[in-house]
Amino acid sequence: MGSTNSTLSKIPNVEELVQETGFTPAHIVRLYDRFEALDKEKTGHLRPQDFGAINRLAINPIGDRIIGAFFSPGQETVDFHSFVRILAHFRPADKKRPKDPSMPEPVNSRTSKLKFAFQLYDQDKDGKISRAELLQVLRSMLEMQVTEEQLESIADRTIQEADLDTDDAISFEEFRKSLEKVNIDHKMSIRFLR
Amino acid sequence: GNGAQSVLRRWLPLLDQEMVELNHSLTSVIPESALLILIGWILGGIIYGADKMQTFTLTPTVFFFYLLPQVILDAGYFMPNKLFFSNMGAILVYAVIGTCWNAATVGLGLWGCWLGGAMGDIDIGLLQFLLFGSLIAAVDPVAVIAVFEEVHVNEVLFIMVFGESLLNDGVTVVLFNVFDAFVSLGGAEIDAVEIIKGIISFFVVAFGGSLVGIIFALLISLLTRCTKNIQIIEPGFIFILGYLSYLTAEMLSLSAILSIVFCGICCQKYINANMDERSVTTVRHVMKVFANGSETIIFVFLGISAIDPDIWVWNTGFILLTLLFIFVFRFIGVFLLTWILNKYRLVPLEFIDQVVMSYGGLRGAVAYGLVAMLDEKKFKEKNLMVSTTLIVVYFTVMLQGITMKPLVTWLKVKRAAVTELTLAEKIQNRTFDHMLVAIEDISGQIGHNYMRDRWHNFEERWLCWFLMKPSARKSRDYIFNIFHQLNLKDAISYVKEGERRGSLAFVRNETKADVDFNKKFRANFSEIMPDIMAENMGPDHVPLSSILQDIVPSVCLDMHELDLKMRESEDFNAHHLLQQHLYRGRKQHRHRYSRSHLETNKDENEVQEIFQRTMRSRLESFKSAKMGVAPAKKIQTKHQKKDKPQKMPNGNSTDKSKNHPYGDKDLEFSEGDCGSGGEAAGGLFPMRAYRVEAGIVNPAFMAEMDPMDNMQQMQQIPHNVGHLTLPSKSMVISDPVYLTKPIPQTIQALTVQSHFIWIVPYR
Repeated sequence: MGSTNSTLSKIPNVEELVQETGFTPAHIVRLYDRFEALDKEKTGHLRPQDFGAINRLAINPIGDRIIGAFFSPGQETVDFHSFVRILAHFRPADKKRPKDPSMPEPVNSRTSKLKFAFQLYDQDKDGKISRAELLQVLRSMLEMQVTEEQLESIADRTIQEADLDTDDAISFEEFRKSLEKVNIDHKMSIRFLR
Repeated sequence: GNGAQSVLRRWLPLLDQEMVELNHSLTSVIPESALLILIGWILGGIIYGADKMQTFTLTPTVFFFYLLPQVILDAGYFMPNKLFFSNMGAILVYAVIGTCWNAATVGLGLWGCWLGGAMGDIDIGLLQFLLFGSLIAAVDPVAVIAVFEEVHVNEVLFIMVFGESLLNDGVTVVLFNVFDAFVSLGGAEIDAVEIIKGIISFFVVAFGGSLVGIIFALLISLLTRCTKNIQIIEPGFIFILGYLSYLTAEMLSLSAILSIVFCGICCQKYINANMDERSVTTVRHVMKVFANGSETIIFVFLGISAIDPDIWVWNTGFILLTLLFIFVFRFIGVFLLTWILNKYRLVPLEFIDQVVMSYGGLRGAVAYGLVAMLDEKKFKEKNLMVSTTLIVVYFTVMLQGITMKPLVTWLKVKRAAVTELTLAEKIQNRTFDHMLVAIEDISGQIGHNYMRDRWHNFEERWLCWFLMKPSARKSRDYIFNIFHQLNLKDAISYVKEGERRGSLAFVRNETKADVDFNKKFRANFSEIMPDIMAENMGPDHVPLSSILQDIVPSVCLDMHELDLKMRESEDFNAHHLLQQHLYRGRKQHRHRYSRSHLETNKDENEVQEIFQRTMRSRLESFKSAKMGVAPAKKIQTKHQKKDKPQKMPNGNSTDKSKNHPYGDKDLEFSEGDCGSGGEAAGGLFPMRAYRVEAGIVNPAFMAEMDPMDNMQQMQQIPHNVGHLTLPSKSMVISDPVYLTKPIPQTIQALTVQSHFIWIVPYR
């Protein structure tokens, strides 16, 4: 790949991207290289199959859900901006950023990260994690040895513990509350290496 | 005398054994190396008591020629290459500049203090101080490995310290020889010419040594390419040639450590691919045995050598100042260099990392070996230096070794109070783990790079062609690997289960839709891959084809199903279940180098399960998305799904000259996993997907498909199309790439891939 600058010029709206996501131009170039590598047909968009080609994702229990998270509802493709935006969720939070209520919530704040995690569960986007949705996730993350009754039991207990308004589903607020002791920034950040 | 010798002869082999079995809880507090030194002291005391003199010391010859090479070869052979080369720049900076800095500052500092009179009256000069500084400056690989074994740091930090300790030998050797020559010359003769010669000699020694190593790596790879018929002695060659690389470099006065390191680093990929699986296993185990044994002996002798009153000269100033300087200047050096490096790194090295790196700059036996080589006539204060070196080694290995782990723990961010996690937290924690791994994979953590791409291209085209056996090259194709691995695992679990139940007959479960391989697959399979099948011997030297035939038909790939009934009566407890059965996230410490543990993947079942599930769900989603496609295209889409082997007997008409568009690169896979026995089992299940869209994107496919042929074959496979749900859990991996004979021009294409295998049930 050529120099950073030449690649940067290929990407439309780079400044906007830098502003919005907080990635440095160098990072964006690297992500762009990655995007191009995934986009085998050079269409400028990624489809689920392109993600599917990443072999290690198939041995990730929630790999397919993560792939799904890249695609907004109804969209069949991901362009580079969306790609970067999603990945920006996983940037470590900027500790020095002043809290400015007028600015939109940065993509890698605690709330945004939690929202991303929430959406992994809430596939039908109704704002609640229903029992069935929880069961689905559990099923994918637990070994096949676990029977259906056991799975349902776990799901029931989990909802019991987290559900405060007893509607048998976990809303985003309840989700957030149940994880208040967890260091989300630590758990949901990766160091984007070169 | 005899008494001491017999004592030692009896003790040493036992020691070797015992060290390996040392109580783990003890070694987690005190690193093994420290304990070994202690034992050395005790032994030394015994011997001295018996002989009234120290009959056994660590002589430089023994150390440098018989003990050190194995350790370094082990380090090189198991080096995580990708990590190493990604961080090569930083490693070199630390190794070269850092070591020079250490040497200079310690030497000059001591000289300054001597001038100031802090050391009293000793017969020494500036050059000797510089020499001493250069030999005490180098971080020692043996000590680093020994201590970091217990302390789990992140992989980047580990590779920095480890890499530095290996590569700094180039500098140490040069500095040592240069200053040794200077001391012989005498201070007056040194002028700019000599200094320039010294600098040039650094480049010659370092690059020359590496070159020798690379040449030997090529030799080894070529050799293993030709050893098809003498597989039993393959492992021997590795060790002999590895050692030869060391000796050759030493003979040419080049850096022997660099030579053997690069020999190990460069050849690992090719020999793992070329050699028979059993040879690979042998090499790995023997390598560890030798390395462990050497390390044990080294540390014990470091202890024994101390118990010799003749060598001890105490000079408070010298010793204490040395300790102080190496400690302080190490910190300063690391922080300074890191500050500079961080300006150029995408991910800066954090403060904690730097502290650990500084604190982990352990000195060890190499320094002792070098100091023992000094000529007493030139260096009047040799004994003082030896004593100081020993004390430095003890200080770093024992004190810093013991306190390393508590320091690391203490420095890390304090965790929240340990209350019992709720179920939601537990589940979510695990979800986060998986999520992070997935995002890392998606964002391609070891990123692109023009040079890296070029190197990969070059390597794929030329090196692999030159250095690997043709069959090894083919079996780099992951489809075969995956099939092979699954079958092996299957076989193993089948036999285990059979042993448990007392008979092997249990699995013949008719209700399971077992793969009827015998009829449909086997004949075609062996026809299709004759050369691969013939050349690859499975375990026990039985041709793989027969293993496939024997095992595959009768085993259901999902052993868990059979156990299900047995588990219903177990007590239920949600937390307990979660504890037991949540899939483990793929740890980020994959690349940890370990002296005593060979990496075996314990998550094989998990991986298999997840893989099956994912493939199943993808198949289903594909089916549901595509079944509505216009009938005109039905043939093609079905054709993709249908099992390829079926078509082969009639498929001679297919156009074999078409080039498969497999030239795509999946960089993650071009990493060194060339079908190496151990590594492939490490759980990367590469797959390929067809371009599944309405109509086929894959032109090669299209051209090959003769619709008429297909129609006929379609009739023969009644249940296949439309029943893509997988009631059976059996799995077949079919892939058209394998099923056409590889054509010469497609060999390159075969080596990289990114398409999925469709899992097709057989009825």
